Amino acid sequence: MDGGVSSEIQRGKGELFTDPDPDRARKFFRQKSRLMKDKTMPLSKAVEAFVHDGDYLALGGFGGNRAPIAACHEILRQGRKRMGLAGHTTTHEFQILSAGEVFDRVDVSYIVGLEARGLSPCARRYMQSGRVKVTEWSNYAISARLKAAAMGIPFVPTRTLLGTDTFEQSACIIMECPYTGKKLSLQPALYPDVAVIHVHEADVFGNCRIRGILKSDNDLACAAKRVIITCERLITNEEIRQSPSETTIPYFLVDAVCEVPFGNYPGNMVYEYFSDEEHLKEWLKVEADPETFTEFLQKNIYGCKDHHDYINKNGGMDKMLKLRAMEHLLYKEAAR
Amino acid sequence: MTDAYNPMELMICVAARELLDGSTVAVGTGAPCAAAMLAQKAYSPNLSVIFEAGSLCPLLPEMPISVGDSRAGHKAVMVTTMGAVMETCARGYVDYTFLGGAQIDMYGNLNSTYIGGTHQKPKVRFPGSGGANDFGSFCWKMMVLTVQDKRRFVEKCDFITTPGWLKGGNSRYEAGLPEGTGPYKVFTNMAVMDFDSETRRMRVISVNPGYTIKDVEDNCGFELLKAPKITETEPPTEEELRILRDDVDPHRYLIGRS
Repeated sequence: MDGGVSSEIQRGKGELFTDPDPDRARKFFRQKSRLMKDKTMPLSKAVEAFVHDGDYLALGGFGGNRAPIAACHEILRQGRKRMGLAGHTTTHEFQILSAGEVFDRVDVSYIVGLEARGLSPCARRYMQSGRVKVTEWSNYAISARLKAAAMGIPFVPTRTLLGTDTFEQSACIIMECPYTGKKLSLQPALYPDVAVIHVHEADVFGNCRIRGILKSDNDLACAAKRVIITCERLITNEEIRQSPSETTIPYFLVDAVCEVPFGNYPGNMVYEYFSDEEHLKEWLKVEADPETFTEFLQKNIYGCKDHHDYINKNGGMDKMLKLRAMEHLLYKEAAR
Repeated sequence: MTDAYNPMELMICVAARELLDGSTVAVGTGAPCAAAMLAQKAYSPNLSVIFEAGSLCPLLPEMPISVGDSRAGHKAVMVTTMGAVMETCARGYVDYTFLGGAQIDMYGNLNSTYIGGTHQKPKVRFPGSGGANDFGSFCWKMMVLTVQDKRRFVEKCDFITTPGWLKGGNSRYEAGLPEGTGPYKVFTNMAVMDFDSETRRMRVISVNPGYTIKDVEDNCGFELLKAPKITETEPPTEEELRILRDDVDPHRYLIGRS
């Protein structure tokens, strides 16, 4: 960044891990193909082609819900290292990526915890090791950063982080508003190198439908230089065109489309299947002892051919049907 | 009557009474969500619950495990983006929020980031802000529901994740945070506190049944102010307990813990 702004009041001391310059991003986006071509491929191939050592990675979904879990496992299997990560409420995803020590720098809004389920001992050990560079933000701050990138501008002004240590350890700048004189915190644009987003439905070109909350996934798809989509199911382009208001992500943002049914297991995919709480509980438990955890990872990630293999080792279709019934609260219906 | 309910039930019931009908509340999972659900069922049928992940006004069929899960979005009037939820707070449409943390100081500043060591190599790392800094910055009344002990109620937070009254007085607004927002009340297993309107320091207003003001002071790491007249906290009513146990948390996920 060139020079200071005359009305700059304060600057956080956190490291900015990504380049907020919209013109350099435009240059990249200029050369991306606009062709509506078949982008379907196996997930292993998509990760091989679009997720590289050292890249900055961002994941769709909200903390285990509609999260690209299958892709996280594949990133571990392929041994990615030294990545940057947007910890924009990442829960089980963060737990997995910590187990593989995939990243060495992280923009944090919410990490280490799995909300009401508790904290991950493995993620905690890694974050306390001193081997990960950390810059702090809040959920809104990272949302705004993705929004700025999606808008093609270097920052978005907000009023969050003011007065706190979260600001001190961020890479945010506080300046005076030229209209009102109020203090504004400028959230720098975040252009991830690669995003992985799990969606309900996509066509072969990458037009996607997401049901339920979006978190920041509409902006994330716009902001990321490369986008891998994993979907519960493929649908036809004809179907997309019949109700275009349902399209959340248009094809030209997308580089790869991978059909991975139950790709969010053991997380919760809204309207499809509920989370496998027993398995998540087991995961948290085995992390306490590193040796047991190594065996657990060997069984569930490194020793698995793909996501189906993992699901088959954990209850298979019987389990999936049970989780589907739970998602639709069928036990409540049955109790009536 | 003190044997008839546990501390968690008391905190949830007392906090729920604050949420007026026709208002909006931004909550996370756990006790705050239970308080909002109880308020809806007992006092404020038109209380709108908002979750940071993107869900507006759901009809909660049971306690969500995540603020982004299916339950948190069940029969919502709208599901949208996190940015849209935070901007609703920033525009001044959200009346209350409930927050928690590993540490709280006398000005209601909250730490949910780390304790001990340094920021880059902490002794104990916690999740970080999530939406807490944003909710604490923008919602009109910020409330805290937490267990009272010296480890938690500290002279100085190791890290201020979420703004309370910062350094007291007018410092919160001088930092640029919106006028009229700030910490409002703190509910613990021992007492209810508010904040002095000048110094913005934490002040005891009522002590829970079974505790004395000395218990409260002995379990706090800083000097607490006292209201001119300290009352006894109104214990949970049978009706509140019935709703909480039968409808809000029938599996005792939360109220079974204490």
